[in-house]
Amino acid sequence: MFRVTRRYQFAASHRLHSTHLTEDENLRVYGKCAYPYGHGHNYQIEVSLLGPADETSGRAADPAILDGLVAAQVLKPFEHRNLNAEVESFREVVPTSENLGIEICRRLKRHWRSVFPGEWPKLEKIRIEETPRNIFEIKADEIE
Amino acid sequence: MVITRRVEFSASHVCRNPDLSEQENVNLFGMAANPHGHGHNFVLEVSVEGKPDPVTGMIMDLKQLKDVLNRAVVEPYDHRFLNREVPPFDRIIPTTENIAREIWRRLSPELNGGGRNLQSVRLYETPDLYVDYLGE
Repeated sequence: MFRVTRRYQFAASHRLHSTHLTEDENLRVYGKCAYPYGHGHNYQIEVSLLGPADETSGRAADPAILDGLVAAQVLKPFEHRNLNAEVESFREVVPTSENLGIEICRRLKRHWRSVFPGEWPKLEKIRIEETPRNIFEIKADEIE
Repeated sequence: MVITRRVEFSASHVCRNPDLSEQENVNLFGMAANPHGHGHNFVLEVSVEGKPDPVTGMIMDLKQLKDVLNRAVVEPYDHRFLNREVPPFDRIIPTTENIAREIWRRLSPELNGGGRNLQSVRLYETPDLYVDYLGE
């Protein structure tokens, strides 16, 4: 069994601020991440697929197909955007990297069958490096 | 507990299936099907699982692991055209997956035993594309 991992980058801004909390509570919970005008990161995203090697191609996944899916569902809508203001999914949901991981996973799973119609490869996990020191990982089967 | 050793080798390869037409190969492999080949700085990470020896405190001597990796992989692969110079890639398409599996086959008899097991072979074709082979 193989795990194929592809690494992508995008730069985006966000602000961590919950409408369920007061201004003071937001500052206490999120610190400088709650500053009103937002801030940005160079996000590094790793997408990992699991599968056996196909007999014809000798590959477990075609990276070009994954690139197309990730470009359409993640890079194009997120690159150089303000996630809170410009990505519908984060109008009500705080764009923490946990929630970003869930959203990326949902988007890839929703369109998976249209590009990978067979039993394999399966989406295994997403890893987000918000900065080189803050890293988040989510398994695809953690969400529906 | 797991220990990992990293080595690098630079090699060229071409991904083509001789049973397919020229156009089918280009559709399947893209630029990697260029018959003259192209190269990568491959980075290999080999992880061995085991318990530290009660006397030495080591799962295995990393110097010994380095020697095995150099002899079994780096010496035969480095600065070679894999399809033409390194069997079985005259018969098996040297995709990153197939190279990782072949490295596993070369290493497992040397590393398994004495309470140790080869856990994974991670092969980076580029910093943005890598494969883990996890055994059959």
